[in-house]
Amino acid sequence: MISNQEVKHIAKLARLGLTEKEIKKMEKELSLILDYMEKLKKVDIKEVEVYSHSWLKENIIREDEVNEKLKMKNEKLLGLAPKIKNGYLKVKSILK
Amino acid sequence: MSLPELTISRAHQGLIKKEFSALELTKAFLNKIKEKNKEIFAYLTLIENSALSQAKKIDNLISSKGKIPILAGIPLAVKDNILVEGVKCSAGSKILENYTAPYDATVIKKIKTEGGVILGKTNLDEFAMGSSTEKSAFGPTRNPNDLSRVPGGSSGGSAAAIAADLAVYALGSDTGGSIRQPASFCGVVGLKPTYGAVSRYGLVAFASSLDQIGPLTKTVEDARIVFEAVSGKDELDSTSVGAPKIQNSKFKIQNTKIGVPKEYFVKGIDPEVEKVIKKAIKKYEEMGVKIEEISLPHTEYALPVYYIISPSEASANLARFDGIKYGYSATSNQQPATSNLLDVYLESRGQGFGEEVRRRIMLGTYALSAGYYEAYYLRAQKIRTLIKNDFEKAFKKVDVVFTPVSPFVAFKLGEKIEDPLSMYLSDVYTISVNLIGLPALSLPCGQVGQLPVGLQIIGRPFEENKILFLGQIFEKYE
Repeated sequence: MISNQEVKHIAKLARLGLTEKEIKKMEKELSLILDYMEKLKKVDIKEVEVYSHSWLKENIIREDEVNEKLKMKNEKLLGLAPKIKNGYLKVKSILK
Repeated sequence: MSLPELTISRAHQGLIKKEFSALELTKAFLNKIKEKNKEIFAYLTLIENSALSQAKKIDNLISSKGKIPILAGIPLAVKDNILVEGVKCSAGSKILENYTAPYDATVIKKIKTEGGVILGKTNLDEFAMGSSTEKSAFGPTRNPNDLSRVPGGSSGGSAAAIAADLAVYALGSDTGGSIRQPASFCGVVGLKPTYGAVSRYGLVAFASSLDQIGPLTKTVEDARIVFEAVSGKDELDSTSVGAPKIQNSKFKIQNTKIGVPKEYFVKGIDPEVEKVIKKAIKKYEEMGVKIEEISLPHTEYALPVYYIISPSEASANLARFDGIKYGYSATSNQQPATSNLLDVYLESRGQGFGEEVRRRIMLGTYALSAGYYEAYYLRAQKIRTLIKNDFEKAFKKVDVVFTPVSPFVAFKLGEKIEDPLSMYLSDVYTISVNLIGLPALSLPCGQVGQLPVGLQIIGRPFEENKILFLGQIFEKYE
């Protein structure tokens, strides 16, 4: 079960703007799905480690350098942004 | 046999023997797509001009050199969550409706190097979240075997394209069954490779510990050809692994042991589907393969574990869609609703994402949020280990595991769309494979009426060769 208040809180955390109607529907559907998850509670996990792919045991790291092969024109990527100014992404004000 | 029905190897022979040109081959597909796509809606985007000019290039290569790579001049379809430079990549979502890919995915780069002819991009459930392709923001794809039914999903456009001869082969992605289940519903071959066997660079991320790119083809041999072309270590995907390629290895049928898990044949499976699967397993027995019943006791937990882990990863991956960097933005709307940054986030995401994607983002955010993380995400990751242990134990006794791909055949459009949980249940046989990262093949093995049934052949990590071999001997035996 999940309450209306919880759904609103989660929607805010997820940065999803939902209408009242959508929140109501979400409350019903998430509750059903979470009820279904309940069966996981009966599994004994006391001695169990969290999963990892057994063939990916090492961290893959690299030098923090620009890969010239992959360098892309800035304009190409900025061209995908809805609003830019002087070569930067433009955003709305954060503080009122 | 008409040109669009050809397999990769047959089309390759035709090209080098000059029975037809690459241009003729590509044109044959483009014509067929124009005739058929209206009713099937496998393709979202066609890139006709680039396909034709690529085909001409290959024809020149054939006349000047005579020899070409196996995929050169062969027309393919690409799921619309894999980036092709300069081509729209929507991921089936309104939020990426006008997004043009700025670079090639590694798999695309490899296929372009071989000289492949990309025809276009295929339909999918939004962000690959779904099992029917009905959740595409641009409308559903239909199953070529029966237009009133779904093609499966999420790679439904790719599977339908192959079943309707609208491409020689296609690329799809598989996070919980998204290659295998549509392959089964449409009656084509689908391979989900071992996690790490194929680079994910340039694949729109859904759940990063589960996603893999793989081929949908007309024959197992074709699946092998495409897999060999696109697999390998890639410095741009640090989870990719350069697995040792076992070339021309011969497995003896008589020495092969197949495990059939009893937990996969319980209530919920359509008895007609079960009959077809059992008959296929019987055929392997006739070929001399040893069959053994095995147990995978944690099977019933795989589905709930998956529906915690995949939405959790998705909620993190999809945080990048913020209405600022690329994709749909509420700031582009004429209505002056957005006055501050938070509104831009809320409205771009609220309006840009479809219902199923929003539901999964909510589920994932909930499972990862303070107070619930241990009860859901952490617990799921531990049970995931238990599911892995089940398979490791089984693989000590048997070489491969056989199961159905899906508990039922292709269902009707609209049948499950209002009930998210029943839609989720259609992945019940395919998700363990993703949770553990194993390779698995969906092999057409019979029909219920007009509708195809797929046999799932699951192998040990990096043993694609073995499952492909077993698939091929079935095709020959048929």
